[in-house]
Amino acid sequence: MLRQLCRKMFGRSLWVYHANSGGCNGCDIEVLNALTPYYDAERFGIKLVGSPRHADVMLCQGPAMRSTARALRRAYEAMPAPKLVFAIGSCACGGGVWHDSYAVLGPVEKIVPVDFYIPGCPPRPEAILYGVALALGLVDKKIVPAEVRAEVLPVPKYHPEDLRREEEVTVYTKAEKF
Amino acid sequence: MSLLSKVKEAWVGLRAGRVTLAYPAAPAPAPERFRGRPIFDAAKCIGCAGCANNCPAREILVYDVCQEIRILKYLGRRCTYCGRCADVCPENAITMSREFETATPRIGDLQQRIELFMSTCQRCGRCFDPPSKLDELKLRGYRFDDLENERWIFRSSAYLEGQPVVDDVPLEMD
Repeated sequence: MLRQLCRKMFGRSLWVYHANSGGCNGCDIEVLNALTPYYDAERFGIKLVGSPRHADVMLCQGPAMRSTARALRRAYEAMPAPKLVFAIGSCACGGGVWHDSYAVLGPVEKIVPVDFYIPGCPPRPEAILYGVALALGLVDKKIVPAEVRAEVLPVPKYHPEDLRREEEVTVYTKAEKF
Repeated sequence: MSLLSKVKEAWVGLRAGRVTLAYPAAPAPAPERFRGRPIFDAAKCIGCAGCANNCPAREILVYDVCQEIRILKYLGRRCTYCGRCADVCPENAITMSREFETATPRIGDLQQRIELFMSTCQRCGRCFDPPSKLDELKLRGYRFDDLENERWIFRSSAYLEGQPVVDDVPLEMD
């Protein structure tokens, strides 16, 4: 539904606003790298704008910090209504390596609702383009959560020769030793 | 004269060729030494929790359900792909893949969860002899990280039911 909404509302002109709420500048450089002619994000209609009032998409870099949380929230509220938020980098996605610092509140989703996550420290420009293309519905999502359950091996917990049957109960004779 | 200059300009433009990477249409694999998402191999993992103890972002949680079953959960939200988990793994169960196309609308898609069967000492449960006093400090024995709230818990005695482990800073909005 979100994809349909994106296609309908945004079409081929996403104007992005680039908000850094206390990151280390690594993700900023990668975002600006994605706008260079080599990666050329403008073929998807992406244009960097200077004000959140002109923007459709907010690219959040850096964790939600105590000092900048309010400003980030205000920037989000200043954006016109059909809006998307991209969390770029591991700081914005999960709080970063300094997640337990007193100045860091955590991921940006504590402050603004995030629609797409692009993890990486910093993410490659290709990864950012992939995230944008995912939002535009040009590519499919590749990542799924993995869950593996190891097979339980039949290892006896005690020596079976010391087991004795006593009135419908199996008693382990060496149990006192433990 | 001006027409000639335009022709010359067009010639220069045509000779320059195409610089732009055709990325989402054509694949662009990452270079050989790129560290992407770590992949956990459940068949090789022995459940020593060395990765969990060494993760700088504390993104690997370990929970001992009972003496035999240990759950290892990699969250991947704030993983910086430093590769330290792959370095300390004694069994090379963790490989840093070159996968970078990890953008997702749901952050839970990055998780990897392994449920391991730990074979124990038949006499005393889980036996190990730490080599030195310094190494003893690093070992944490049983670990009971909070899998629901996805928090790393330092000591099992520090956590009481119903109490927050780390106080979240209350945020004031105007």
